[in-house]
Amino acid sequence: MKLSLVGISHRHAPVEVRERVALDPKAAAALAAELADRRGECVCLSTCNRTELYTAGDGVDERALEAIRNIGGDEVVALSYRLADHAAALHLFRVAAGLDSLVPGEGEILGQVRAAYEAGAPGPLLNRLFRDALHAGKKARAQTTISESPASVSSAGAALAQQVFGELEGRRVVIVGAGKVGELAARSLASRGAELVAVANRSEERGGDLARRYGAQPVPLERLADELASADIAIACTSAPGFLIRAGEVRERRGRPLFLIDLAVPRDIDPAVNEIDGCYLYDIDDLEAVVEASLAGRRREAERAEAIVADLAERFRSWQASLDVVPTIASLRARAEAIRSAELSKAKLSDKERATVESITAQIMNKLLHLPTVRMKEAAAAADAVLYADAVRHLFGLEDER
Amino acid sequence: MAELLFWPVLLAYGEAAVAYFGETRVPGLPGRLATWGVRLGWLAQTALLVSQAARADGFPWSTWAGSLNLFVWLVVTAYLIWGCRARFRLLGLAVAPLAAVLFVVARIGGGTGLGARSHYSNVFLVLHVGLVLAAFAGFTLAAALAALYLFQERRLKRHDITILRVQAPPLRTLDGLAGRTIAVSLPALTLGILVGLVRLEEKGGRLDALMGVTLATWVSYGAYLALRYRYGWQGRRTAYLALAAFALVVIVRLALPATHFA
Repeated sequence: MKLSLVGISHRHAPVEVRERVALDPKAAAALAAELADRRGECVCLSTCNRTELYTAGDGVDERALEAIRNIGGDEVVALSYRLADHAAALHLFRVAAGLDSLVPGEGEILGQVRAAYEAGAPGPLLNRLFRDALHAGKKARAQTTISESPASVSSAGAALAQQVFGELEGRRVVIVGAGKVGELAARSLASRGAELVAVANRSEERGGDLARRYGAQPVPLERLADELASADIAIACTSAPGFLIRAGEVRERRGRPLFLIDLAVPRDIDPAVNEIDGCYLYDIDDLEAVVEASLAGRRREAERAEAIVADLAERFRSWQASLDVVPTIASLRARAEAIRSAELSKAKLSDKERATVESITAQIMNKLLHLPTVRMKEAAAAADAVLYADAVRHLFGLEDER
Repeated sequence: MAELLFWPVLLAYGEAAVAYFGETRVPGLPGRLATWGVRLGWLAQTALLVSQAARADGFPWSTWAGSLNLFVWLVVTAYLIWGCRARFRLLGLAVAPLAAVLFVVARIGGGTGLGARSHYSNVFLVLHVGLVLAAFAGFTLAAALAALYLFQERRLKRHDITILRVQAPPLRTLDGLAGRTIAVSLPALTLGILVGLVRLEEKGGRLDALMGVTLATWVSYGAYLALRYRYGWQGRRTAYLALAAFALVVIVRLALPATHFA
């Protein structure tokens, strides 16, 4: 059975083209079920970066291409790619490992692949393909550090805070300013267990909105020094022209750490704060440098992950190739069994003698066929597997049993 | 034959020291190799100590070099409690080279040989030497934790871009562990000193320089705990204090043995 893939991704198509074939989970599941149509197999993977249809079965790949044309038009088809068998499997394994993502090793895609598989219409081939792909994705992440380092300024801020505090559970966070960027950083910290306790903002209304969403207290900027005294982490992101937090306003902490993230330009926090014992200040440039170093690390790790994924894709190829010779092996054994049974039926034997001869001839047949069976499965992985299977069919006269 | 165990121990600790250095360059495999080096070295040294105990007449580590051998084993034992965890691997950069060097010094001083004899009572030596060495091993580990704290703090202050690639334990963890290690080690030192003073009272004798520095060490670590738990000191200041107190441990261990073991 042939494995096929037709898809469109961020590698070849801009967002205005991709969005035409972006499907929500329900629509993707319905499309997969429609294309599989009882005898075929289909899984539809649709994310913001790709829409891909994995198919197996006669004519399903053509129907998949036609479906993409119907949904997105000719321009989408022109920018789409079509892959078959090993290339398609390797592509999915790379996708699951995050190697085809914008940020190498990003974790979300593995869950999206699993969701697509569970909602799709897989059969024997796609079941095995997707299970192996999920395994490849997990293995690449477990055996390399491709997904460990942060890929954005907000996640870098949270990862650095963890370098100071370890687990962020219960750490008190104060935000200065109520802008989107600061909220994003706060969300990243909150997702790791930190607690947003105060939002200091010039406009009480905007500060109040953000504070309410996170269960924090809105406070005026004048009370910022009081809030900082009990805070563990501070995020500043206002558009104020000068410093809002100066070294003199940070009270004696006796070494108790305070991690400060300054996302504002011009900066909100006096760089001299970094000189205070226990205070660690990172501005936007510092965080971007950390992200850049982290992405470089991910790219290095991606090379190791590629080797892991290639190895697993090769194993899948061997398994898939063995499927080609299975019918031949079955025919060969059926032919041998038919001959054995026919010859045995001609003999005039008592029940006891028949049982003995049955056993002996079955054993002879199994022993004779064992080595050819093993050799055919081994040969299945080679490029000329089909020729090999054809030769066996020809030699044993199995052509009619196809 | 058992004396030959010296070489696998040295080889394993040496390999660990080199691999821990490699871990700072390329994290991953070198760290795992280093951890296995420490584990295997510790097993081989344990076998050596067991052989020494089996063949000795009395307490086998009553000499300065012998006690150094036992001290190395205690330090590595304490390290193994945390050191095998991936985030604590950098701690091995302080422990493994130290263990390798001190083990060689113990060998040069004859502390790794078999058939040692002791003219002290076993009970006294086990209590006095054992407790003091266990406390010093704890202080050594605390100093390594404090050094790692200062290293990590410096990286954070200087915005080192490799900080997320070559990961050390979080500052709070290092600070807390150093404090707890000293809090556990100081009672052991107190008991060890008391046993020594009781014997000094019974047998007669005078305080020597090593005893004086040991008492100063006790006072330093006592002050550390008081400042930390009574006055709330933490972070950089307590790390410097732990290192300063450890300087006294180094003096006791290395600079003044002749006055006490003579």
